[in-house]
Amino acid sequence: MEKRPVIETRSLSIGYTGRGGRHTVHPGLDLQLFPGELTCLLGRNGAGKSTLLKTLCGLLAPLDGEVRIDGRPLRDYSPEQLSARVGVVLTERTQAGGISVYDLVSLGRYPHTGFFGTLREKDHAAVRAALEAVGIAHKAESHVAELSDGERQKAFIAKALAQECPIILLDEPTAFLDVTSRLETMLSLRRLAHEAGKAVLLSTHDLDTALQTADRLWLLPAISPEGSATPNSSAASDGSTSPLICGAPDSLIADGSLERFFGNDTLRFDPVTRRLVARK
Amino acid sequence: MSKQAHRWIYPALLLALVTLFFLGLVHGAVRIPLRDVLQILFGSYEGREAWRHIVLESRLPQTVTALLAGSSLAVSGLMLQTLFKNPLAGPSILGISDGANLGVAIAMIYFGAASYLTTIVAAFIGAAVVLLIILGFSRKVSSNVMLLIIGIMVGYLASSVISILNYHASADKVHQYVMWGMGDFSGVSLGKLPWLAGFSLAGLAASLLLIKPLNALLLGESYATNLGVNVRRARVLILICTGVLTAVVTAFCGPVSFIGLAVPHIARLLLGSANHRHLLPVTLLAGSCIALLCSILTVLPGSGNLLPLSAITPIVGAPVIIYVIVNRRNIHYFN
Repeated sequence: MEKRPVIETRSLSIGYTGRGGRHTVHPGLDLQLFPGELTCLLGRNGAGKSTLLKTLCGLLAPLDGEVRIDGRPLRDYSPEQLSARVGVVLTERTQAGGISVYDLVSLGRYPHTGFFGTLREKDHAAVRAALEAVGIAHKAESHVAELSDGERQKAFIAKALAQECPIILLDEPTAFLDVTSRLETMLSLRRLAHEAGKAVLLSTHDLDTALQTADRLWLLPAISPEGSATPNSSAASDGSTSPLICGAPDSLIADGSLERFFGNDTLRFDPVTRRLVARK
Repeated sequence: MSKQAHRWIYPALLLALVTLFFLGLVHGAVRIPLRDVLQILFGSYEGREAWRHIVLESRLPQTVTALLAGSSLAVSGLMLQTLFKNPLAGPSILGISDGANLGVAIAMIYFGAASYLTTIVAAFIGAAVVLLIILGFSRKVSSNVMLLIIGIMVGYLASSVISILNYHASADKVHQYVMWGMGDFSGVSLGKLPWLAGFSLAGLAASLLLIKPLNALLLGESYATNLGVNVRRARVLILICTGVLTAVVTAFCGPVSFIGLAVPHIARLLLGSANHRHLLPVTLLAGSCIALLCSILTVLPGSGNLLPLSAITPIVGAPVIIYVIVNRRNIHYFN
């Protein structure tokens, strides 16, 4: 595999700076995200999945280390340049209920339009293509507020598509979806990675679907307070204690990584059914 | 649905605007026929001098003031609602008008009958200080309801400082301030009109330039940042723009409540969309229409008496807000 990573991090520490100083969620991450692949980020609540995604797209500043996008440090990108490289789908609440789905997806063209945001024919074409790609074209004229959770998620994915970025990061895009929409969404994201050559990274709690669809898994372990140094001072210290585990689903099953990652006193990962099961 | 709405909404609003504009010139303590009004406006009038005086010196400035003030307040209300992600934000609710009031009170009571420019600057400083306070809290307080309550509290604080100032001021100055505080579109003479028009047209033009970032802000700050919006800069520009619009109207017309709060909702209901590309111009036009309507309603038919503007705007605005809140689930903006 001679693909060059589109996102690369070097001893990246993620976390927040806020009241009481720095709070490191995860230190010492060395990651590579490749184009043409669907990568799923798995981890327990609080492991720092959202923090990692926000750091990779520049919404949060790294506490330490660096993020490189296409070989160039993230901090050297202007907001405009970055908006043409990385598109995101987040979990935050919006007040977009009053605009049509078409208008919402058109906002994805923001980096490509002029001062007044007027859409030219190629922008309309990109919006229509994005609506088609996620299968929500029939709802184009509906208000965003009228959509079901699944449709709304698709609309926001279409927004990210219309942005025409080579990298798309999604924070739990399947969280509120039923089984069918979950799989559909994941499959359409995988198609996007394979056919359009985009690098798609998404966080999820849905191990089943991730194992079925992902080209690569990132397993982000939670940092236990006693496991590493205290959260406030651990920035550069032992990043080696709990690195992110990275690999194709099959190899992670074969080498027992998934069992070590998810298994505990009550649960174990069954490599045959590829599911978490209760220990007898 | 929204696509068809654009077709009729602009002509309808322009027609309403022109109708209300001339109604404002015709209607008053003295009824002047439309034909005479038109002749006076176009300079071919040879009738009573008193009528000419009434139309040119009193009614024309009043209707133009209402037109400008209405659109200014409505547009600043819309920008604040989008910025604070809150359907109940508005210049008078967030305490911004109260800040401007306080600025004007200080200018009037401490610096005597200040010039218009001083009044505008004082109103702007007052509005800006309140905006900065709200903005400061908006970083600490994540809940918009809490922020709204803080705005209301800041407004009360400004009002109580005004009361203390009034307590120490001389009777005539207090009277001057109280009269100003009633809100009035008729206080702007033809000579002062260019000041009002200059600032408010500048603010409105600036607001049209903010349509693109305003739409991005509908998605929240993270999405907007990801789309390449410099959110901090956009927020400052929006606040300066609303500050200028609110301050200039407050300086000339006194505090005018409810137009800034209610008109954006009227515009959304008319348009069926929260896309600022159309919502902002429609809010602008609807603001002018509603303010003209309120201005006309202050003249009691059959008598020469004028009601205070502050008695009329809530009658028009409050039912709209109640309707919007009651039907919140069926109306799609602010999901």
